[in-house]
Amino acid sequence: MSADAVIDVRDLVQRIGTQEILRGFSIPVIRGETLVLLGKSGGGKSVFLRHLIGLMKPISGQIFVEGEDITKFGERELEPVRRKVGMVFQDGALFDSMTVFENVAFPLRERGERNETTISRKVADTLALVNMAGHDKKMPVNLSGGMRKRVALARAIVSPPEVILYDEPTAGLDPIVSDSINRLIRRMQRQLNATSIVVTHDMVSCNHIADRVALLHEGRVYFYGTTEDLKQTQDPIIRDFVDGRSNEAD
Amino acid sequence: MNLLSAIGAGFLAFVVYLGQVTELAAETFRSIFAGRIRFGLVLRQISHIGFGSQMVVIVTGAFTGAVFTAQTFFQFARLNMESAVGPVVSVAMCRELGPVLTGLMVAGRVGAAMSAELGTMKVTQQIDALRALAVHPVDYLVVPRALAMLVSVPLLVGECIFFGMGAAYLVATQVLDVSPAYYLMNMYKFTEAKDIFMGVLKGFAFAVIIVFVSCREGLNARDGAVGVGRATTEAVVIGSLAVLIANFFLTMLLNIFFPAGVNP
Repeated sequence: MSADAVIDVRDLVQRIGTQEILRGFSIPVIRGETLVLLGKSGGGKSVFLRHLIGLMKPISGQIFVEGEDITKFGERELEPVRRKVGMVFQDGALFDSMTVFENVAFPLRERGERNETTISRKVADTLALVNMAGHDKKMPVNLSGGMRKRVALARAIVSPPEVILYDEPTAGLDPIVSDSINRLIRRMQRQLNATSIVVTHDMVSCNHIADRVALLHEGRVYFYGTTEDLKQTQDPIIRDFVDGRSNEAD
Repeated sequence: MNLLSAIGAGFLAFVVYLGQVTELAAETFRSIFAGRIRFGLVLRQISHIGFGSQMVVIVTGAFTGAVFTAQTFFQFARLNMESAVGPVVSVAMCRELGPVLTGLMVAGRVGAAMSAELGTMKVTQQIDALRALAVHPVDYLVVPRALAMLVSVPLLVGECIFFGMGAAYLVATQVLDVSPAYYLMNMYKFTEAKDIFMGVLKGFAFAVIIVFVSCREGLNARDGAVGVGRATTEAVVIGSLAVLIANFFLTMLLNIFFPAGVNP
């Protein structure tokens, strides 16, 4: 394991039904950096992300989080790991029976915070950080897609994690909202000094936020390097993805 | 051979299902004994399950008591045994009708709501979000519901019995002209504390069945809205059937400890 790697994934294998989604997937995630994982839709990017906090168990392979192999952990043993790693789900996965305020306050209350003044202050600060101040009384059903993602991010960072996982943070959003989410991810990295793993197929987002890029192709890491390396490569599979070419006849 | 394998597969699926429900129950009781109880959520669930189910249980108990009284009276009147209606209705309400009707009503009203709520949370990744926030879904979702059911259902059974017997008394004495004195005297004579105790005990058993069947269905929902609908239907059907089947075995078992009609 690299000395700088906060997460080290080795030879991960996962199958869903008869389809082999991950076929010996290995990647290090360097502390303090933003790693963008690119790949086709349905290629296993989100599946990979779910493994990092034990929401899925691999068929084989290891995932080291700060030196501990979490693939051997049971549900209760994973709880300390999950306190270190926050996740922003693709559709937000906000609790729909709670208001925005209650959603963001949820991790604080669950981690033992009982002082309502402290909770209110922390929730207000975090909502302001994601530009959602003043929306605290709304229910998730009354929020737009971009707002839901912002609230989900606020919920993930209100108890500052060491690593933040983003599942398709800009999917389905217009370019302006996407840009604001990208800036938010950058700001999180600067202000919280958090390591980020972003799963996306949005090249604009990748160019904006990535320190390092990996391309998932046929269940393995096909490319791993910086954004500069990605821009310069002439590999046809990578170029097709980066330039958005399907190579199908009109 | 095909028939045999179909029977074998069905039996295997049944054993797996029982295993899953038992595993969920074991995890829930482990959490309860470890003190992982959120009392605020328990109170909220008691309000929803217990307080919210009162009307349906009262109406069911009262009208079943009333109609049972009428039917019993019509038969007993031919034998000039009108005053025996009271004990027959009260023992039946305590031992069978009260707990079973409450169980069926709660399986329908609360079981459906539980599986639909948990199923929706499952298919919209809210349960994954709970896990990602280091909160065990059993601790947060199942423990409060299980405790609320264990508190509420026996009380609802008591309520169903009370209103069933009350309606029976009114119908017998005010509509069917049975003498109130004979009705009450015979009712007190043949209805014992053990009959009520048996009903309440069944209430505990049905609470356990309904909560774990419903939560298991909800937590295993998949395939979006269709899956939630399927989970809800199965929770009600399996929960109701399990209540009826368990009731037979409980009756046989509890009759060993609390034999009907035998004064100690």
